[in-house]
Amino acid sequence: MNLLTLSWKYLSFRPLSTGLNAILLAFGLAIITVLLLVQHQFEQKMTRDAAGIDLVVGAKGSPLQLILASVYHIDFPTGNIKMEEAQRISRNRLVKQVIPLAMGDNMQGFRIVGTNHDYLSLYEVSFAAGKAWEFPFEVTLGASAAQALGKKLGDSFTGSHGISVGSHDHDQQQFKVTGILAPTGKVVDRLVLTSIESVWYTHDEQGEESIATEEVELPLEEGTSHEEEAHDAHAEAMDPLKVPVAAQGFPSTDLEREVTSLLVRYRNPMAAIQLPRMINSATSMQAASPAFEMSRLFELLGVGISLLQGLAIALVVIAGLSIFIALYNSLKERKYDLAILRTLGASRLQLVTLVFLEGISLTTLGALLGIALGHGFLAIIVELTTQEVVSMVDPWIFLPEEGLIFGYALAVGMLASLIPAWSAYQMSIAKQLTKT
Amino acid sequence: MLLQTTSLRFAYPGQAPISFPDISLAGGEALLLLGQSGSGKTTLLNLLAGLLAPSQGSVMLDGVNLSSLKGHRLDLFRGQHIGIVFQKPHLIAALSVKQNLELAQFFGKKKGLAPSDLLQDLGLAAKATAAVGTLSEGEAQRVSIARALVNSPKLILADEPTSSLDDLHAQRVVQLLKAQAAKIGAALVIVTHDQRVKSEVSQVLEVKSA
Repeated sequence: MNLLTLSWKYLSFRPLSTGLNAILLAFGLAIITVLLLVQHQFEQKMTRDAAGIDLVVGAKGSPLQLILASVYHIDFPTGNIKMEEAQRISRNRLVKQVIPLAMGDNMQGFRIVGTNHDYLSLYEVSFAAGKAWEFPFEVTLGASAAQALGKKLGDSFTGSHGISVGSHDHDQQQFKVTGILAPTGKVVDRLVLTSIESVWYTHDEQGEESIATEEVELPLEEGTSHEEEAHDAHAEAMDPLKVPVAAQGFPSTDLEREVTSLLVRYRNPMAAIQLPRMINSATSMQAASPAFEMSRLFELLGVGISLLQGLAIALVVIAGLSIFIALYNSLKERKYDLAILRTLGASRLQLVTLVFLEGISLTTLGALLGIALGHGFLAIIVELTTQEVVSMVDPWIFLPEEGLIFGYALAVGMLASLIPAWSAYQMSIAKQLTKT
Repeated sequence: MLLQTTSLRFAYPGQAPISFPDISLAGGEALLLLGQSGSGKTTLLNLLAGLLAPSQGSVMLDGVNLSSLKGHRLDLFRGQHIGIVFQKPHLIAALSVKQNLELAQFFGKKKGLAPSDLLQDLGLAAKATAAVGTLSEGEAQRVSIARALVNSPKLILADEPTSSLDDLHAQRVVQLLKAQAAKIGAALVIVTHDQRVKSEVSQVLEVKSA
């Protein structure tokens, strides 16, 4: 027998009151847990996915939409931009690197993104199997996409038009899986990556006929004479599907082509001041900073989060009051019990400790329940949702900040126990015993 | 003498002081404190238990003056050396019968008698794990006696232990208290206004209001 056992015995002797108070506290703490997990993971994932991207350039429209579509792949693109104009940006002295993106198709809801190999370097990917695309219609699947689609190396599939499920298939050309990426925990996991040329050829109105008339400039290989090269090039120019795609920069073409957006890396800090202004005022394109747009988004979301936090804090305060009332009433009922404990040798301090232990045990129970409820609730939401932005949240990550929830719970328990404990400390045994 | 009181007086705020006759009791002896309601006999019991501090005089138990002990030292001394039986059993309802006895040992920080053996002696072995709410009034009173005895106290104080019992049970409770006190060599003081138990104890002291 000890004080902790005694406090648990008292709590379990009133299961309804104990249970209801613990559940009330748990609801408040569960909301705080969910908010903590969502906020933390959103910010972390958003920041990680945008790392290395200073600026996104695309068609004019909502800058936030441009960022969401081009960096996080969770919104519709604002439109396309002319490649010639895009190439001019890449030659600007303030630009260190440009990664072009071409979008517009999906494979069972997973976006097909045309780009070059710099995109793979940007997200520091490694291959679970195979290698990056080298020819048109070769694709590299992100880890989640490969798992969800059930595709392996060498498998073929057709893409569908649009960036969400339910539109018509592009059945003229089959994509072939040549690489599967290892999981990164980044946006690239959910993408089907291919060359920009693949996206162009898929959308050419004349289909294969158009592809056949595309004139491509072939890169020269060492040890190959110009005459031989020119001969082979002429032969292969008739079949662009056999011509290697651009691994860096923009694909070569004589046709007027478009891309969806550009991921830009600055050469120096001065670019952050000059480049967006120049693009927005002197071109038909818009430039948007991921850092700025995301902080704006978090600010907007912050209002809702603050409201929910307020609600959760109100619930915790109500729970604290309820625990106080429960402890106070139980103490009133048990004053004779406490007097008996004093006659058995309990000191005033032991009675105070007993009351605090009851309050703290109750709130610890509520905190454990609250954290479990929070994770469980989030797991259900993630399981049931069809929204990519929610499904990327991992409900079973435990954050060090959750330790603070225990801190709040203990503080609530201590506060709620303060007056009952003081009352127990002040109690006169003789007076109490003569009352009955 | 195991218990010795000298010139005890106590005054409640705004009231005239009450003077109590001196008490001398050896180990194994029993004393009946008789008196009408309001005569001050419960006050005397509280003074003997160290629950009230006398305004004058002293209570010596086994050579220790209770007034010299303060705070938790007095609480611990009480837990170790004084067992109290109340008019009603007042057991801790959240605990089982045996746990009520273990609780007394926890607060008294003393390994007195083995709770199981004591329950066996008092015919309560079968009720050791029972919730106290399931006990009859007689059983509950016997458990409260066991709780007062479990630390092998030097002094057993019983405050109106028979007032709510019928004749048969009243006689049994007093006999049980006497027998157990004698067994562990403790002094026994029974405070009562119940004339039925007068014949059960040889030493009787009447407390009269001033």
